Amino acid sequence: MTSYLASGRSLRSWLVTKDHKRIGILFLIATTLALVLGGVFALLIRIELLTPEPSVFDALDYNRSFTHHGVVMVFLFMVPVIPTVFGNFFLPMMLGAPDVALPRLNLASFYVYCLGATILLLSLWFGGVDTGWTFYAPYATTSPTAVATAVFGVFVVGISSILTGLNFIVTVHTMRAKGMRWFRMPLFVWAIYATAIIQVLATPVLGLSLLLVGADHAFGMGVFDPALGGDPILFQHLFWFYSHPAVYIMILPAMGVVSEVVCTFSHNRPASYRAIAISSIGIAFIGFLTWGHHMFVSGMSMLDVGAFGILSMFVAIFSAIKVFTWTATLYRGRITFNAPMLYFFGFMFLFVFGGMTGVAVATSSLDIHWHDTYFVVAHFHFIMVGGTLTMFLAACHYWFPKMFGRRYPEKWALIGAVAVILGFVFTFTPQFLLGNAGMPRRYHTYVPEYQWLNVMSTAGATILALGLVVTLVYLVHSIFRGEKAGDNPWDSRGYEWLAPTPPPTHNFHTPLVIARGPYDFHCPERP
Amino acid sequence: MNDWLRRLLFLPEQASTIARDMDSLHYFVIIVTMVGATAVAAFTLIFIVRFAAHKHREKSAAPDVRHGYTHGGIPVWLELFVFGGLLSLFILWWVIGFRQYARFVEPPPNTLQIYVTGKQWMWTFAYPNGAASNGILYVPAGRPVTLVMTSRDVIHSFFVPDFRVKRDVVPGRATTVWFEAPAAGRHHIFCTELCGVGHSTMRGEVVVLAAEEYERQLEGLERVDLGDPRASSLAAAGERVAARRGCMRCHTADGTPHIGPTFAGLYGATIPLEGGQSVIADVQYLTSSMMDPAAQLHRGFLAVMPSYQGLLSAAEVGGLVEYIRSLRDVQRAEPQSPAPQRTDVPIVTPLQPEERR
Ligand code: HEC
Ligand SMILES: [Cu+2]
Ligand SMILES: [Cu+2]
Repeated sequence: MTSYLASGRSLRSWLVTKDHKRIGILFLIATTLALVLGGVFALLIRIELLTPEPSVFDALDYNRSFTHHGVVMVFLFMVPVIPTVFGNFFLPMMLGAPDVALPRLNLASFYVYCLGATILLLSLWFGGVDTGWTFYAPYATTSPTAVATAVFGVFVVGISSILTGLNFIVTVHTMRAKGMRWFRMPLFVWAIYATAIIQVLATPVLGLSLLLVGADHAFGMGVFDPALGGDPILFQHLFWFYSHPAVYIMILPAMGVVSEVVCTFSHNRPASYRAIAISSIGIAFIGFLTWGHHMFVSGMSMLDVGAFGILSMFVAIFSAIKVFTWTATLYRGRITFNAPMLYFFGFMFLFVFGGMTGVAVATSSLDIHWHDTYFVVAHFHFIMVGGTLTMFLAACHYWFPKMFGRRYPEKWALIGAVAVILGFVFTFTPQFLLGNAGMPRRYHTYVPEYQWLNVMSTAGATILALGLVVTLVYLVHSIFRGEKAGDNPWDSRGYEWLAPTPPPTHNFHTPLVIARGPYDFHCPERP
Repeated sequence: MNDWLRRLLFLPEQASTIARDMDSLHYFVIIVTMVGATAVAAFTLIFIVRFAAHKHREKSAAPDVRHGYTHGGIPVWLELFVFGGLLSLFILWWVIGFRQYARFVEPPPNTLQIYVTGKQWMWTFAYPNGAASNGILYVPAGRPVTLVMTSRDVIHSFFVPDFRVKRDVVPGRATTVWFEAPAAGRHHIFCTELCGVGHSTMRGEVVVLAAEEYERQLEGLERVDLGDPRASSLAAAGERVAARRGCMRCHTADGTPHIGPTFAGLYGATIPLEGGQSVIADVQYLTSSMMDPAAQLHRGFLAVMPSYQGLLSAAEVGGLVEYIRSLRDVQRAEPQSPAPQRTDVPIVTPLQPEERR
């Protein structure tokens, strides 16, 4: 049988495909473009911040570039990337299914994403947005920029996110192969499943609050504008009710990748499968109850501050359980070291440091000083870039042989990974210190004593960007020129590796019957 | 040690009475964070090296049963130790942090009140004696100061890194921040909430002066421009504002209710609200009542008061509040609703007697 890549080579066959793998590839292209675009905005920010006084941009353009950076990275890259690319490609295969439960809806979610992205990018092009990705009212409702269309774009992208989530939930419930009990599902599936629940429950709240901001902006409705009797703090509650769980929408799939990578490369069972699976669900649940920690200085009541503070501590415990379990999985494993493992190693440091600084900013008194400074910027980049981006890259390498039937060059991959991780540390460590020193975020100009740390940060960002470019180049090159790969080059026990390489349209020649767990390295690959 | 760590972490100078306490917790939390992240990375690295596949080359031909699944679980004692330890640590931080937070946010009694307005893109300060300044805030050394802040347009946030204080400045609401600077000096003020193109230029300076110098400085400042340059105090200026802005069409100063409640004896009173709750008339309530009167309706009155959001300057708001405060001891006749009881419990802002001499 022909592989999914070879069955129909015309552009049309790609654009109207209902094959989850092809849709995954389409998303891979789209989200990678978003990453490049968001990265360009990031570099523009870093260039402007080389000097304390305005240099290349005026204030409005500067405010636009960090807003565009945030909006593109969060809504077009971080939130969708791992579920739509690797979730789409591998979730059905990991369940032993021929496709997702609702293939047409799957294709629709891609086009809805494209539509939303187009609206968003057009509004950025014509007029731009200068409110920050948080769209805080009432600034957002009075800003002279194209806020209404941009939030509409985000709203549409949100619909795509909901559709994807829904599809995955249905798929997990109905499409599991014979013998696939819940606790035989790969941990990546658990992570995507937990993410899908958040996507379906939280995204509507974001969508509606953004629509209200748009309506305030376009028609002066005044829901969040105190001059018209509205309440600006209400917007913050609604926004963070989505956007804190969104942090987990971004990080949970990455954690799923970690679990797969660490088990495969240590050829070992996870130290506790249940701990990892259940903590995913725990994170998804408690994550809904911590949003107030973004508002410690906005004038919340003492009770709220206390409650949101302690709940935020609990959610950190679940992440700690995972970290601990991953480390223990290495213990007495049979570890092979490839690029995904290097990313895993980077992840462990960045994620733990980023996560612990999260506990630090959830400590209410300390947050008074750190809130809205570069410390917070550095903290969430450690989590999001250090967590999600490194694991996106790890996934690109780990599953590359299965997706394209070819190998990537290991030497270049290690160079790329080192550049990404080191560049990243150099970019954001100075930002922690800037935050300590008191530099507020979203500052176009700043007092001169902050300059040299900013220069260091820009230098780090350059290394990071180079690392990403190198990675992009050799990966694209190997799609066409790489060495041919076998069916299971890493000697994994994941079910997706049982499929031919690259997989045919319906994944498996004969329906799978699952008789062993996905990490049973003591069993032969095929029973 | 304190100074050494402070410099290592790039923290600014500790120029307020709370800064040092906050920094101590900061050191604790950050050191644990760094040690934790390094330890995890170190363990990962050690395991990767120690259990590398080539060290089992002789056995690697067939999947190794022993290494494949023996460690099925982590010993329970270790699990309990790690999570129990982490959880207690986090809860400890929460307890210390929350207690600090309460102390840092709630002003002590007898603070000096200064009224602050944020507007795109400037800070304005109005002092109780009727003086005003833009961009530069003068405060006396060694005396706690409360800032009563509101915004005329969008949300701003008042941040003085050297004092470790920050509070959002929200239109339609009054928020407060307090600090005490022990010694004379100058410190940056930053706006930390994105408020438009001038956001990063919305900076200012706190100038801390010794007490006598402070008095002299205030004498030298321009008076609040509230229509009467000779007004002897902010409260006196506020009285004129109330007249000019038409407040007295509906309110009175002599204790008799009119279309609206009387201003007499209002400050610090417990106000019964439409809907059953009650609220203490502190600075925040008074300010919100001017900005968004319908939000909390005094029981027995109609919602006829117009919103003054965006119409009053900081100094005017400050003047009105000071004026109402100066009437706190005037007797009020309260026929309709259950008579508001006087209370002396400070809730959010202190309700102590006048600081003004
Ligand atoms: C059209 C009549 C009217 C005008 C003009 C007016 N008010 Fe009011 N005010 C009311 C009424 C009626 C209430 C009680 C209902 C409520 O709480 O909104 C009230 C309530 C208040 C309260 C809350 C007092 C309490 O006991 O709850 C304050 C403070 C206040 N007004 C201040 C002002 C100030 C300052 C001005 C001028 C800038 C002003 N008002 C102008 C009618 C008015
Ligand atoms: Cu959060
Ligand atoms: Cu600002």
